Amino acid sequence: MAGITLENVGKTYAGDVAAVADVNLEINDGEFVVLVGPSGCGKSTLLRMVAGLETITEGRVTIGARVVNNLEPADRDIAMVFQNYALYPHMTVRQNLSYGLKNRRMPRDEITRRVDEAAGILEIGEYLDRKPRALSGGQRQRVAMGRAIVREPAAFLFDEPLSNLDAKLRVSMRGEIRSLQKRLGTTSVYVTHDQLEAMTLADRLVVLRGGRIEQIGAPIEVYRRPVSTFVAGFIGSPAMNLLPGTLQGGQLHVGGQSFAVEVAGNEKVEVGIRPEDLRPAKSGEPGLAVSLAYVEALGAQQLGHFRVDGHPLVAAFPPDQLVHDRMSLAFDRTILHLFSAETGKRLN
Amino acid sequence: MVENQRWLNILAHLVLIAGVLVVAFPVYIAFIASTHEPSAFVSGVVPLLPGSNAANSYADVLTGGVSSQMSVPISLMLKNSMIMALSIAIGKIVISILSAFAIVYFRFPFRQAAFWMIFITLMLPVEVRIVPTFQVISNLGMLNSYAGLSIPLIASATATFLFRQVFLTIPDELMEAARIDGAGPLKFFKDILLPLSRTNIAALFVILFIYGWNQYIWPILVTTDDKYQTIVAGIKRMADVVDSEPLWNYIMATSVLAMLPPVVVVIMMQRLFVKGLVETEK
Ligand SMILES: Nc1ncnc2c1ncn2[C@@H]1O[C@H](COP(=O)(O)OP(=O)(O)OP(=O)(O)O)[C@@H](O)[C@H]1O
Ligand SMILES: [Mg+2]
Repeated sequence: MAGITLENVGKTYAGDVAAVADVNLEINDGEFVVLVGPSGCGKSTLLRMVAGLETITEGRVTIGARVVNNLEPADRDIAMVFQNYALYPHMTVRQNLSYGLKNRRMPRDEITRRVDEAAGILEIGEYLDRKPRALSGGQRQRVAMGRAIVREPAAFLFDEPLSNLDAKLRVSMRGEIRSLQKRLGTTSVYVTHDQLEAMTLADRLVVLRGGRIEQIGAPIEVYRRPVSTFVAGFIGSPAMNLLPGTLQGGQLHVGGQSFAVEVAGNEKVEVGIRPEDLRPAKSGEPGLAVSLAYVEALGAQQLGHFRVDGHPLVAAFPPDQLVHDRMSLAFDRTILHLFSAETGKRLN
Repeated sequence: MVENQRWLNILAHLVLIAGVLVVAFPVYIAFIASTHEPSAFVSGVVPLLPGSNAANSYADVLTGGVSSQMSVPISLMLKNSMIMALSIAIGKIVISILSAFAIVYFRFPFRQAAFWMIFITLMLPVEVRIVPTFQVISNLGMLNSYAGLSIPLIASATATFLFRQVFLTIPDELMEAARIDGAGPLKFFKDILLPLSRTNIAALFVILFIYGWNQYIWPILVTTDDKYQTIVAGIKRMADVVDSEPLWNYIMATSVLAMLPPVVVVIMMQRLFVKGLVETEK
């Protein structure tokens, strides 16, 4: 059990490709941290630097009390779960699980004990003598997790472990990973580009953009107060609506309405409104005049795709809401998100 | 469509049968010749059915009862060929799998250059470099030795290239997983790479064993001592007799015997192929 500390960590690949820069992050013992961001933002690179599979070109990584910059992956006391499982194809499940322990010269009965225990936890006991080829994707994923568990490492590192599974399995495996991690209390770093996975798994979310940390926080905090239009657009599904507006002497002008906000300054802004914060305006209530493009019925809710002054706008309604071609949509003025149009940074 | 399919099938079979006949007929004739009197094949009419001399021919050849024409007993020649072919096949596989391992998994200066150097030697078969190679072997005092017979033939660009391609198909994550599992480079090689290339090794072994077994010019050049005579070179000598008819029945019996070890190797390895194909997956 140990925490992980990253200080000014950066990675420059050959040919001056700066994949990761200036990452400062403190992961507490037992915490589940999810690195999330679009493809190519450096999530894997960062994780692999912690794992020791990629050299650290700048900064310092500490696991527990040790600086691990120059340690081999095997000496860092971590275990990693890969997207394509990376099980040894010619070994049985049992051999796959015990390979790492054997290399550490662990006594045979201890290996057997750990493997059987992990197999019990993950319910893969009946496959122990099969080769990975004879397992389904979900079962292989469990074996890959088992290989991590048996090492009883200081930290689990996951690199998009669920992306090769079908949607339904992904949801159930997600739940299992979460409860497993809670039960074992092992510090975990989890990489994904799926914001839903990120929201549901994380104790703390780290949103990466272009190799830098854009925001760190509890999922709900990031959801409620995204620090930039980038995070606003990335976390939450469907994505937050961004409408152009103007800020002038404490007054916000957006979508044909003006009202006072507690932000000073005069500038062009982007006004963020979550689809779930929009509702049909009651008569007499001020609202955004929108015209309907189409409706998506999702069962539990329906998504109305509208246009307002030529900008797209999505609203999430309860399934029984009548949606008209022309509507007026109201929103709660106190939960607006205001971003500078110029820098994309949050203003309120 | 179905009709078409049938004609295609028939045509395919005809082609295959023709191919088999072309390959098998000389072998058959060789066998027939070994079962007749020495004179039978010089008389002008080639017999197509086995004769009655088979027991004699093979017994004489195997027990060395034909010393007038063979200074070396056939068992020794078989042994020499076996040693040479095995050393070449195993040596080539060991050297090339190690070089491929180095080229694929290690970053060292001039790695690419090393690979291309090896690759270019693909264009230089033994026959092309035979004179300088002979010079080297003779300077090293390796004439008339098993080492001289096999070592110069061991370096293999083809096999290196093949193993490189095999290793490139093995996902990097496997190596990374092994690193996290505490396997150093040699352990990774032994525990992961070797088992995963098992079928390729078997296939290559067959090809290289036959290649080594059939070596002809090189053994003739480097061995003058009969003690090191290989069977393929020996057959040639048996046919080169002065002042008398070659004893075709003995020559052919020897040829048939010389064919057996490669056949055995193919049959043995074929099992492994099939087993490997069914079992492994990357
Ligand atoms: N070996 C390498 N050499 C040079 N550049 C690299 C190398 N590996 C990755 N990169 C670059 O570093 C950046 C980050 O890559 P990384 O694999 O960490 O992205 P990621 O966030 O994991 O993306 P994804 O979600 O697609 O997996 C990318 O721009 C990529 O092109
Ligand atoms: Mg990645």
